[in-house]
Amino acid sequence: MKVKHLTDVAIIGGGIVGTSAALALRQMGLSVVLLESGQCGARSSGVNYGGVRRQGRSLVQMPLTQRAHSIWGRLQQLIGIDGEYLRSGHLKLARSEADMASLERYLQLTEPFGLELQLLGTSALREQFPWLGAIAVGGSLCPQDGHANPRLVSPAFARAAARAGAQIHEQCHVTEMGHGGPGFFVRADSGLELHSRFLLNCAGAWAGAIAQRFGETVPMVSSHPVMAVTEPLGMFMSLSLGVEGGGIYARQAPRGNCVIGGSQGYALDADRARPSRDAITQVLQRSVELMPALRHAHIIRTWSGTEGYLPDREPVIGPSATTPGLLHGFGFAGAGFQIGPAVGQVLAELVRDGVSSTPIDAFSISRFTSPKPSVSDSRPPPACEPVDSGTFSPTHAT
Amino acid sequence: MTPQHPPVIVGAGPAGIRAAQALVRHGRRPVILDEAPRAGGQIYRQPPAHFQRTKKTLYGFEAARADAVHGAMADIIDHVDYRPNTLVWNAEGGQLDLLHQGRTSSIAYAQLIVATGATDRVLPFPGWTTPGVYTLGGAQVALKFQACAIGSQVAFLGTGPLLYLIAYQYARAGATVAAVLDTARLGDQVAALPGLAAQPALLAKGMYYVTWLRAHGITLHGGVRPIQVLGNTRVEGLRWADARGEHALACDAIGFGYALRSETQLADILGCRFRFDTLQRAWLPERDVAGRSSVPGVYLAGDGAGIMGADAAEWAGERAALALLSDTGHTPSVADTARAARLEAQLATTTRFRTGLERAFPFPAEWAAQASDELIICRCEEITVGDLRRTAATTGATEINRLKALCRVGMGRCQGRMCAVAASEILAHCTGRPVEQVGRLRGQAPIKPIPFASAPSEVLTQQQEAA
Repeated sequence: MKVKHLTDVAIIGGGIVGTSAALALRQMGLSVVLLESGQCGARSSGVNYGGVRRQGRSLVQMPLTQRAHSIWGRLQQLIGIDGEYLRSGHLKLARSEADMASLERYLQLTEPFGLELQLLGTSALREQFPWLGAIAVGGSLCPQDGHANPRLVSPAFARAAARAGAQIHEQCHVTEMGHGGPGFFVRADSGLELHSRFLLNCAGAWAGAIAQRFGETVPMVSSHPVMAVTEPLGMFMSLSLGVEGGGIYARQAPRGNCVIGGSQGYALDADRARPSRDAITQVLQRSVELMPALRHAHIIRTWSGTEGYLPDREPVIGPSATTPGLLHGFGFAGAGFQIGPAVGQVLAELVRDGVSSTPIDAFSISRFTSPKPSVSDSRPPPACEPVDSGTFSPTHAT
Repeated sequence: MTPQHPPVIVGAGPAGIRAAQALVRHGRRPVILDEAPRAGGQIYRQPPAHFQRTKKTLYGFEAARADAVHGAMADIIDHVDYRPNTLVWNAEGGQLDLLHQGRTSSIAYAQLIVATGATDRVLPFPGWTTPGVYTLGGAQVALKFQACAIGSQVAFLGTGPLLYLIAYQYARAGATVAAVLDTARLGDQVAALPGLAAQPALLAKGMYYVTWLRAHGITLHGGVRPIQVLGNTRVEGLRWADARGEHALACDAIGFGYALRSETQLADILGCRFRFDTLQRAWLPERDVAGRSSVPGVYLAGDGAGIMGADAAEWAGERAALALLSDTGHTPSVADTARAARLEAQLATTTRFRTGLERAFPFPAEWAAQASDELIICRCEEITVGDLRRTAATTGATEINRLKALCRVGMGRCQGRMCAVAASEILAHCTGRPVEQVGRLRGQAPIKPIPFASAPSEVLTQQQEAA
């Protein structure tokens, strides 16, 4: 059954980036068809930790993350649900003097961007958060950061886009795509055939293959952040917790369950990932170091997802270097949930205006195709570097 | 799967014990992992060692079989590595993850026989979370393990052969059985007779319970629909209806259940392929007649792979062990081959009998249509039928894992053991699709909750050193 569609924009990928781009494009009056191979917001966008934080991000992400911050402030208006979004604060802990020094350095570097970070010494930390383990000797608080429930928020972006008139096809596998004549064609196994002026590649960890089809090779690898959740506990923590150097992050959902992330799982197949026993063990141990009161609590479920990482841990956002009308938005290195809605808006602006009102030069795909990479030079020092092992290890899943 | 690792059996019920016995007979030394403190499984659960009651009072008719199964375990105890009080909570890369005495550890296996048993199939009814309402299995555990009754005036509700067995056991133990209320109609049981005749002894036993209960003045009702538990803080009675109208029954406890559901999480985590079984109305791991799963080296036996009852579990356990042996270099003797054929024939007979049972005690197909919006489905997360219906309507969810993600059903401590059957039925009904099309909840580690303090401290240290 062949169905031919003409549309302004075709989007591949129904994660938070693709669906918020769809929503923004509809608000601009453009026609949109979005194809999702599974269900919208069911992969990394839906199974991530749920951190909505600016603190810890690289300097080049600051304008984007600030833009996202204001979008999150209007979340309910935008998607019709509160998504359990709380501006509860994000506390990044130091486990040593060196950690503290790097948090201090990060505060200075990010000062111009208005994150309003507050450094807390050991006694302030003990006083305000008596449940923290002795391993924490200080921290940096970003009071307006917070957390949300990704499995509610991300699918709600898709529903909002659909309500706004975007055509969304779930369980729809792209079999063929290309650029020819006036624009793009995309064919799916359902018989759907799209012709569009623009093509948005928002396919997350699977986006590299799409870029490849247009002659752009990116050195993206997949990894699998591990999450664990406890039974509901009495509320003791409203803020979202991270650790300088990475390794573990934790928040308590309104229902009382603590969601704890860290370490990495393994791929079960091309689509599915699972926590490894070592990862679960690490999460258990590190949780107790950080929050000794959890010692006698139970974890009731663990999960993982598949997320794309580029070597410099910055995403690819912006126009293709080979194909006019092709726009990329992928590779968020486990930190795409907060900035996803802003990236969606940026992609929509690129479609409508050809330029983004937020600087995105650092995220150009050409940094991998042209001889000199430039992004890593502008990154701040260790504050958001992964340090938990010598191997490749994503530590900042949001 | 290196040859130096032993075969491992998960579950020391009738299937696991008979599997172990067959392996021992052929010179293997299996590891037996079991969550319970003593072997026997749920059906032949043993009381703590110092309890004095006889097997006859504990098990009734099943005393001889219980004796035989316990005896088989006693016979092989020196030839197996038996690890009671051990939960298997995960599997990865040819190893099982265990929780024993509050500590986690792993064990490598060469082959695995999964005999994980079953729990009650629960279909909620108004008031089912009132203190004093138990599952049938829970009511039986109280009796067998702790010599306690769940109340002094107990009503039994639901359907399935267990309903009458437990009513009988309670009455024999001295509890007052207020009534037995079966959602199946007498006509169902008559229609099922040809199938049930496949196992005349079991049929006779079932009829004996019914006759015994009647002879002892216990009222049995068929074609029943539960309406409401009476009492706010404690069960004080039950309102129910049948073709004649509404009735009220005074009782201080209720045992209820609608037959059993298989514990398939481990098979799922091991990667076994599942298929929908229309008779049992459930997704079950695939297995051949000998118990081989779709994963090489993983065998399935007993109620954990599909509800067939305790006798069939013994046969399936032994059959799976024989398959394991012949798959791992043991050339079957003439006796082995004959034995395997005999076991397969017995299992085939049981399958015919189970077909009859499902007709005699059919799943109450109208349950989802009748469930009110206020009814709690998921008691861990306090999710109602209305929550499910609203979520499906507003989000377009048609698949059970998606529904779980959107409204928390099945996300609590029991991980869907209690609520998945009912939630799937509601989703299927309100989206107008057959229940197999809503899928099944994915198994996720840990299979049961594990404490934070259970992790061995050396793992982290080793990894830090490696890095």
